[in-house]
Amino acid sequence: MARHLVVVGNGMVGHRLVSAMQDRDLDRHWRITVLGEESRLAYDRVALSAYVDGSSEEDLRLPEIDDPQVELRLGDPVVTLDRDARRVVTASGVELTYDALVLATGSVPFVPPVPGRDLPNCFVYRTLDDLDAIKEAAAAAVARPGPGRRSAVVVGGGLLGLEAARAMRLLGLSPQVVEIAPRLMPVQVDEGGGALLRSLVEKQDMAVRCGVAVSAIGEDRGRLVATLSDGVELDADLVVFSAGIRAADSLARGCGLAVGERGGVLVDATCRTRDENIWAIGECAALEGRTYGLVAPGYAMAEVVADRLLGGQASMQPSELDMSTKLKLLGVDVASFGDAHAATDGALEVVVNDPVAGTYSKLVVSDDARTLLGGVLVGDASKYATLRPLVGSPLPADPVAMIAPGGVELGADALPDSAQICSCNAVTKGALVRAIGDGAHDVAALKSCTRAGTSCGSCLPMLKNLLVQQGVEVSKSVCEHFAHSRAELFQIIAGAGIRTFSELVASHGTGRGCDLCKPVVASILASLGGGHILDGEQAALQDTNDHFLANMQRNGTYSVVPRIPGGEITPAGLIVIGEVARDFGLYTKITGGQRIDMFGARVEQLPQIWKRLVDAGFESGHAYGKSLRTVKSCVGSSWCRYGVQDSVGMAVMLELRYRGLRSPHKFKSGVSGCARECAEARSKDFGVIATENGWNLYVGGNGGANPRHADLLVQDVDTDELVRIIDRFLMFYIRTADRLQRTAAWLQAMEGGLDHLREVVVEDSLGICADLEAAMAAHVENYADEWRGVLEDPAKLERYVSFVNAPDTPDPTISFVTERGQPIPAPQPGDPVLVGTPVPIGMPGVRR
Amino acid sequence: MTAVETGLTWHTVCAFDRLQPERGVAALVDGVQIAIFRLHDGSVHAIGNVDPISGAAVLSRGIVGDRGGVPVVASPIYKQAFCLVDGRCLDDPAVSVARFAVRVDDHRVQIGLP
Ligand code: SRM
Ligand SMILES: Cc1cc2nc3c(=O)[nH]c(=O)nc-3n(C[C@H](O)[C@H](O)[C@H](O)COP(=O)(O)OP(=O)(O)OC[C@H]3O[C@@H](n4cnc5c(N)ncnc54)[C@H](O)[C@@H]3O)c2cc1C
Ligand code: SF4
Ligand code: FES
Repeated sequence: MARHLVVVGNGMVGHRLVSAMQDRDLDRHWRITVLGEESRLAYDRVALSAYVDGSSEEDLRLPEIDDPQVELRLGDPVVTLDRDARRVVTASGVELTYDALVLATGSVPFVPPVPGRDLPNCFVYRTLDDLDAIKEAAAAAVARPGPGRRSAVVVGGGLLGLEAARAMRLLGLSPQVVEIAPRLMPVQVDEGGGALLRSLVEKQDMAVRCGVAVSAIGEDRGRLVATLSDGVELDADLVVFSAGIRAADSLARGCGLAVGERGGVLVDATCRTRDENIWAIGECAALEGRTYGLVAPGYAMAEVVADRLLGGQASMQPSELDMSTKLKLLGVDVASFGDAHAATDGALEVVVNDPVAGTYSKLVVSDDARTLLGGVLVGDASKYATLRPLVGSPLPADPVAMIAPGGVELGADALPDSAQICSCNAVTKGALVRAIGDGAHDVAALKSCTRAGTSCGSCLPMLKNLLVQQGVEVSKSVCEHFAHSRAELFQIIAGAGIRTFSELVASHGTGRGCDLCKPVVASILASLGGGHILDGEQAALQDTNDHFLANMQRNGTYSVVPRIPGGEITPAGLIVIGEVARDFGLYTKITGGQRIDMFGARVEQLPQIWKRLVDAGFESGHAYGKSLRTVKSCVGSSWCRYGVQDSVGMAVMLELRYRGLRSPHKFKSGVSGCARECAEARSKDFGVIATENGWNLYVGGNGGANPRHADLLVQDVDTDELVRIIDRFLMFYIRTADRLQRTAAWLQAMEGGLDHLREVVVEDSLGICADLEAAMAAHVENYADEWRGVLEDPAKLERYVSFVNAPDTPDPTISFVTERGQPIPAPQPGDPVLVGTPVPIGMPGVRR
Repeated sequence: MTAVETGLTWHTVCAFDRLQPERGVAALVDGVQIAIFRLHDGSVHAIGNVDPISGAAVLSRGIVGDRGGVPVVASPIYKQAFCLVDGRCLDDPAVSVARFAVRVDDHRVQIGLP
């Protein structure tokens, strides 16, 4: 039975914990209940101010958690925690017992105890509900008849206070910021920066008073009056307190759990409280006594607790937590990072103050001026994205030149791989470069596969910079060895009749290639009819999966997927697959592509397994190749009362026609017997839907990470015309698409879009259709099963061993455990524990 | 193949012809899994076969090539590049695999273990 985890608080960090559990707890050891005081789904509090600047609640919402193991109870705060009974009680009286409890209650805004602070139109700035109330009051003030400015007093001139002040401007009020310290943003910015910051803020039409406190708030003729410690009275339509936060630790206090000296639930480096069943994370936690008011440390804590709950050994490294900040949305650039106040022994400061340009930059460097320790940027924080990740690293240039106007421009290339580009989500440059190399070719793809850039957004410029540096946006070069795109390489190889990689790299490239360009060349050679993909030098170009004609799994074993055209299979065929799986101890699963996958085969077992399958009439299903996967079918007119054509027959025919066809990326198809679309053909690279009069052909559909519905290319065509157009479409795609570009992305990037495609492949505007058809005819003619090709060739066969010097010895590192009656890879004792680093979800780019 | 060869015991693992250019094989020598690669120029290199990132014994099955002229194999699991000469991971300085002495003696590929 799954144990019960109760999470109190559905804020940013609570949400992160639940998604970290989803990513890691694949065996479902825990069932989760989240109890949230706010009645809304979790949202991005860091971006809260965007709510007054055009973003809606939906825009701010964090990815929704849709999981039967997770129950959300919102709008119902926990009021009592009974540790002895391991039970919590909510305001509405619901009682829940837990095996583990995580407090993620965040903070409450600190409101200084001044008389009048509870008057109507006094607000705090923390939740969407707060902002709704502020918006309403501001709208009422603006609508109030009578002369005079509508104004707001913002108590607090820190990061949040300035954000709140800017929000007041956007709502049509004149803000007046009151800060008790002698300068704005005292925690982040030094004196020099503070002076400039003040003048920049004032230019934005916000009044600033530093070194004074609000001592009372009163009412006068329907408006508020804030009296300051120097006797000045400010009248205001509303007052916003933004004077700091206090950890929301009242539940802990109420049940005798230790709290830190300055508040916060006291936890150790594993985020566990003194009660072994209770953890605390995010702003409510006092990690070894200290609370953190930023989201990045909270996320790291969530990852640690998720790991611990699943038996891992992760813990926090408080000294490594990044406390850098950048002001968002103000129209004024301010950033501070690292040791901004030069607190390190012997630290030196390098300051460039340019009052004319309105910029102030300071770098703090080590005593030998070699290592960057921190800095402050005011007026122009564009270098923040490059400088922050450099903290702790050797300076790539003279520090003055790095911040002087017209000095050296630092790009992503100046950073070491270990530099953390996204501090909110602990993503390093190395991880991003890898993701880019694996096909994440725009900011959106990088966000979804690494989570970089998904919180405060300050690293976004750097993500773009990295893409450019990796040659993604500016050039379509395949890799460092060729200055050509895949389409250009296709032209070169086809045009010059090149038959080997060595020839190509000698004449058109440099070096000896890599895991990016070699599979591309292999695919092109195969499309041009290169014989068996493991013949001669071609073998060394193939991705591992193609090299072994099977899909490598995480423990080094392989999965085997025989082709089941159209998903149609005889009972005898099913029995053979069942027997093979049983005899070789393989895990079997029905795939999402209407066929059967057998997992856990060791490399030396592959030929024996294929032999049995091939003898029974099966062939490779190319689950490994960048080639046709499956043509999914619905049962169609053979059985279905609605079917208008034989969709299974069509699917089988198409699958057999295009099997083994190598392409820039995998491609999939589906055939539905009527418009009810049970085969989901419109989510495929090419999809066919039966009509009363023939077939409709849709192209450019995609499931996966970025789903897209296919577009209608031609309507009501007969079978011959259908096949002719698909032939042309596929060959045109194969010749012109980029590496790892599915048809959906290819079509979207095509100039002229669907209309242009139709001109080329239906109307033959380029006059290439005869050539495309001939190329497809050659493919169909020359197709041969790749598994059989290996079985019949002893030289290829001898490569299928775990050890060249011990062909009969299985790899001793491979072992299995049983799960739900079938074998799965045994967990590795040394499985690395990722702390603060998100567990890859789906990783569209990395596992291909 | 290596400068210091004294004190090593040489184990023959296969014939040189068994190595395809720019592809690896795995060998089990004294219980150690070793990935052996033959490069385009005929040179032979040997590093540990276990991919430290995934824990799977698969480095011999990666694509061989170069990165900025350094001969590398890309792990087939998550694609990090490992230098074939010294075993370091080019994508993550904290990670490396062992390198092994290897030579070709009369068409036999041999691994030297201390
Ligand atoms: C086995 C299977 C899951 C299952 O248990 O059902 C599967 C398994 C894998 N998928 Fe898939 N996908 C499977 C159906 C799908 C589907 C559903 C479908 O085809 O109807 C999709 C969404 C539809 C689509 O592709 O448009 C799908 C979208 C992906 C993607 C994302 C593609 C995209 O364009 O976003 C990847 C990653 C990639 O290819 O880059 C991927 C990659 C993979 C890889 C190859 C990842 C890897 O290298 O380890 C998995 C290896 C398969 C293996 O070892 O045998 N798989 N994958 C399904 C095999 C179907 C088959 O019979 O061939
Ligand atoms: C305007 C603004 C701007 C910010 N900008 C930045 C920034 O640029 N960078 C940055 O790193 N951070 C920023 N932050 C801080 C960041 O939002 C927080 O660090 C982060 O939200 C903390 O997450 P949390 O889950 O610990 O707390 P929260 O997100 O506050 O979530 C706690 C949740 O617990 C709920 N709760 C409390 N008590 C109970 C109870 N008894 N029962 C049930 N539920 C309860 C609360 O209602 C709340 O929903 C900003 C914050 C604000 C307000
Ligand atoms: S798509 Fe139409 S023909 Fe095919 S199964 Fe569904 S309802 Fe029947
Ligand atoms: S640094 Fe905040 S989202 Fe990347």
